[in-house]
Amino acid sequence: MLPPIIASSSEVLEKTPPRNDFASRFFVKAHPFRTNDALWYPFPMGKSCVEEQPMREQSMVSVAMNKRWRMIAKHWQFYVIIALPITYFILFKYVPMYGILLAFKKYRVTRGIWGSPWVGLNNFSKFFANPSSWQIIWNTFSLSMYALLASIPLAVLLAICLNEVNKRMWKKTVQMVTYAPYFISTVVLVAILMQFMDPALGLFNTIRTLFGREPMNFMGKPELFRHIYVWSAIWQNTGYNAIIYLAALSSVNVEMYEAGKVDGVNKFQKVWYIDLPTIKPTIVIMLILNMGYVMSVGFEKAFLMQNPLNLETAEIMSTYVYKIGLVNNDFSYSTAIGLLNSCINVVLILTFNWLAKRKGESSLW
Amino acid sequence: MFADSVFDVLNNIFLGFFFLIVLYPLVYIISSSFSDPQAVIERRVWLWPVDWSLASYKAVFSNSQIGRGYLNSILYVISGTFVSVMLSMLLAYPLSRKEFHGRKLVTAFIMFTMLFSGGLVPLYLVVRNLGIYDTRFALILPNAINVWNVIIMRTFLAETITDELYDAAQIDGCSDLYFLFKIVFPLSGAIVAVMALFYGVVIWNSYFDALVFLQDQSLYPLQIVLRNILIINKTNASMMTDVAAAINKQGLAETVRYSLIVVASIPLLVVYPFVQRHFVKGVMIGSVKG
Repeated sequence: MLPPIIASSSEVLEKTPPRNDFASRFFVKAHPFRTNDALWYPFPMGKSCVEEQPMREQSMVSVAMNKRWRMIAKHWQFYVIIALPITYFILFKYVPMYGILLAFKKYRVTRGIWGSPWVGLNNFSKFFANPSSWQIIWNTFSLSMYALLASIPLAVLLAICLNEVNKRMWKKTVQMVTYAPYFISTVVLVAILMQFMDPALGLFNTIRTLFGREPMNFMGKPELFRHIYVWSAIWQNTGYNAIIYLAALSSVNVEMYEAGKVDGVNKFQKVWYIDLPTIKPTIVIMLILNMGYVMSVGFEKAFLMQNPLNLETAEIMSTYVYKIGLVNNDFSYSTAIGLLNSCINVVLILTFNWLAKRKGESSLW
Repeated sequence: MFADSVFDVLNNIFLGFFFLIVLYPLVYIISSSFSDPQAVIERRVWLWPVDWSLASYKAVFSNSQIGRGYLNSILYVISGTFVSVMLSMLLAYPLSRKEFHGRKLVTAFIMFTMLFSGGLVPLYLVVRNLGIYDTRFALILPNAINVWNVIIMRTFLAETITDELYDAAQIDGCSDLYFLFKIVFPLSGAIVAVMALFYGVVIWNSYFDALVFLQDQSLYPLQIVLRNILIINKTNASMMTDVAAAINKQGLAETVRYSLIVVASIPLLVVYPFVQRHFVKGVMIGSVKG
């Protein structure tokens, strides 16, 4: 619908009574066809489009600057809206970064951050001199990699299998059931693990004794920690992780399926030659992106699974930082280790993000 | 085709296997919680409840710590979700508008926090200095905004609130603030629901914040109470029974643990089938767009 054309600007201005309300800045009354009723026509630019603006000499740069400031002034409310969230970020994300100074000092509670003596890289050399530090770094890294490399193939497998199911009810049922454990909290999951692995009454040991073997304290064995950690995570998360691959599978080109049907492919070939190559970019991206988070593996589950017996494999960076800082109250040492962890994370995330971008697909930014 | 039938059989075997692996532990736990404690000790429970008994549930519900933890968690979920969703929306809306000068700067500002953080001890010190340590605010504020969720929201808003809609409102003389409240909020029902789910589930299930920032037992959320009872045995599970014969005590301690697991997980497990659709949609918006 095109707006009707105004006869002449002067005619319009004469016939419009001066009004000071909001609407008249944007609407102009006009009588183009001499009807009794006046019609309102929208003028997005306000009166400036009816009047003539005097021409002014201005350089390109200052025109652009003016435009920018005008845009800021015109949309000042955006800045009001965003003020509260930005305050949150400053308070809880950026102010703590200032506390990183603690890593280079020996914190004395009585003297506060500023008053505490400067010790430079002492805390870091202390960390690297401690032999268990290397064990902790290795624990963190190997746990993450194991979890990552084991979980992706199974999630993909589940997605492909679900995709090929004919009966809708069966597919929905399996999806719902495999999806459920994701909503169990970490505490409950570890409690379930402990119940099942209880040396006296646990289900696993009951089965073991049925086969004539001695009951075993699974949770107390350091060599089993990683396996328990990873496979319980797979039990819990595969259903949820499969969603992304299912979504990718739904974007497969239907024409390829039909071409395949004409060629007479069976389902094995269809999966191998059509489905997998289509979702390969998704798999690669998920793999690469998650590699960046290899040294920031979560605290909650490992902390709950730790006991005095399995610490040599169960101690990871985040739990170590917590224990040193908030249990032993060695603030500066803990901050130093945390800073080290953060720096490693920055390098890893940036590197793998760059790699993912190079692959030609989307990345974090 | 024969190969297809083979595939279908193998497929269904695999899916059935996985289905059972996931389902059986859950069934075992539920059955054990409804069984007589004696039957559990004697390991007679395999699939269905043996000697139906509600004793362990009675013990769970009569424990005041658990009831308080439940109420605390509900409180934290409601208030935390509200604060988080509101702050995320206030952040995502300007970021989705082209007219917002400084969009790139703010985006970089918040993205950086995903990359690098001050660490646990500095955050702890900030919380202490703000005076919210050992208060309920310590569970609502420090992790209020998740940048991933903000990005998902921003993408959604950029697509749903089209330029034409915005221009039309501008013509009508609508200010940015008015636009946000009268148009954007009503239209974002879908994404607000998804975000509420995302945030809500995380708040309900996490215990780390409470571990670090709380000391007053009356403020503990459910997960901390669970941790104390189920994992570190601080509160001995068998202490929850008032009248318990010596023989029954250990059995009851066991079934109480199973009942506690069920009671703690029931809210989310019951709700999730209905909201599953929204969850999947949220995950897909977040991942497919990148």
